[in-house]
Amino acid sequence: MINSLEVLETNTMILKENLDVRTITMGINLMDCADSDIDRFNENIYNKITTKAKDLVKVGEDIEKKYGVPIVNKRISITPIAIAASSTKTDSYVSIAKTLDKAAKEVGVNFIGGFSAIVSKGMTESDKKLIKSIPEALATTERVCSSVNVGSTKTGINMDAVKLLGSTIKETAVLTKDSDSIGCAKFVVFCNAPDDNPFMAGAFHGVSEADAIINVGVSGPGVVKKALETCRGKDFEELCETIKKTAFKITRVGQLVAKEASKALDVPFGIIDLSLAPTPAIGDSIADILQEIGVDYVGAPGTTAALALLNDQVKKGGVMASSYVGGLSGAFIPVSEDQGMINAVNKGALTIEKLEAMTCVCSVGLDMIAIPGKTKESTISGIIADEMAIGMINQKTTAVRVIPVIGKDVGDQAEFGGLLGYAPLMPVNEFGCDRLINRGGRIPAPIHSFKN
Amino acid sequence: MKRGIITVVGKDRVGIISEVCSYLAKDNINILDISQTIVQGFFNMMMIVDVNDITKPFGEVVDELDKLGNKIGVTIKLQHEEIFNKMHRL
Repeated sequence: MINSLEVLETNTMILKENLDVRTITMGINLMDCADSDIDRFNENIYNKITTKAKDLVKVGEDIEKKYGVPIVNKRISITPIAIAASSTKTDSYVSIAKTLDKAAKEVGVNFIGGFSAIVSKGMTESDKKLIKSIPEALATTERVCSSVNVGSTKTGINMDAVKLLGSTIKETAVLTKDSDSIGCAKFVVFCNAPDDNPFMAGAFHGVSEADAIINVGVSGPGVVKKALETCRGKDFEELCETIKKTAFKITRVGQLVAKEASKALDVPFGIIDLSLAPTPAIGDSIADILQEIGVDYVGAPGTTAALALLNDQVKKGGVMASSYVGGLSGAFIPVSEDQGMINAVNKGALTIEKLEAMTCVCSVGLDMIAIPGKTKESTISGIIADEMAIGMINQKTTAVRVIPVIGKDVGDQAEFGGLLGYAPLMPVNEFGCDRLINRGGRIPAPIHSFKN
Repeated sequence: MKRGIITVVGKDRVGIISEVCSYLAKDNINILDISQTIVQGFFNMMMIVDVNDITKPFGEVVDELDKLGNKIGVTIKLQHEEIFNKMHRL
């Protein structure tokens, strides 16, 4: 029998602590849309996306109503365009991005991810064309997200791509300088990118996936924070128990939504991503959880330990609540989307170097960090290389989403609006790394790539 | 049996239960259980209802109850019971 305390608990989580399902993402395979004629290819992908996903938003809204739990985003991920479009004869993929934007608007999703390339070992002609098209594609579309995977534990790091992406990011920043270089907020560089990540900007529908799939990303940092308030001053055992129990409950909601969406859309259920993802809303912050665990500001000594503990307990609690867990599954630590992180930067407690250390134990990496517009291309490539190396050596996913805000410097603030929030510009270490970046070639895979 | 949970919270006044019950009867929703308290002038009710033979889409009932709540000055929420079962039971 349902008990009123449980009903009250669930509804308090939803109403006061920002419990929500962060995203339902439909992955769609575009390999069967291949055509040598660019116009025909565009027509094929438009038709496939708008057919497969035509009910996605409505089904999402119905589920929201049925259970009274908000589903914040409905999104689409597609086969990396550099693969799907490789037989297309054209010089630029910008028209593909525009088609994707149009399809996203038609079905009503807020982002479509997969203007992507996977170049961990080498670049094909198609990969090069895609990367070349990124700045214009992101500047002329609204909802298209792009990512490039430049390394993996099994292949090493493609340093030619890392170099190229430093200038790609800079070019994207320049083309979108009128809106605080927002184009860069829609682009992420990965190492060990998973095929089934439902979270933007890095979502794409990997080649290992079925024709269409439903992936769900759960969230709820506010709920975890609130639960932790009940164990102030208690030891780590109790702290961990509380996080696990809360993560279990949050994940169960995600699993319910995923099953329901998969049934209603007649598309198989893929994975639940156990990430804790913050929003700029007050009380929906990862930084607040870390502070509740015991540091005054994020960045203080002890922060990495607190984050490691949080991540591990979220996974332990969540894994039992869902039959299939995948994606990135960990806590996101973006700067601009998290009020607590923004406060920590403003206080001077948090630096890029500390964030980099934290990424060794979090799910993703350097995320939504605004840096001075004058930052050199090679410096951006250097930041990417460092972060990719962490992922490669530690057999985990890492990513870089930095935004060189053209015309602004440390002390200024960049405004992105909506879920992307705002960010104070963070200082970057300006000592050069040109000689390293200009070497070219690949960093070989580490010895544990031979684990068989 | 498919069941829904209705929660009604707000400042107490005459006729809240009557308004909610009349609405449910109109749409063929049977009430299985009601628990209700008033704490410091605040009305707090939880109902378990049978939504098997409901005459319209679930979402529409959710919207209409929300509107009814606005009209009589309380918050009315209808949710499918699964969310509570899934969250709190192994």
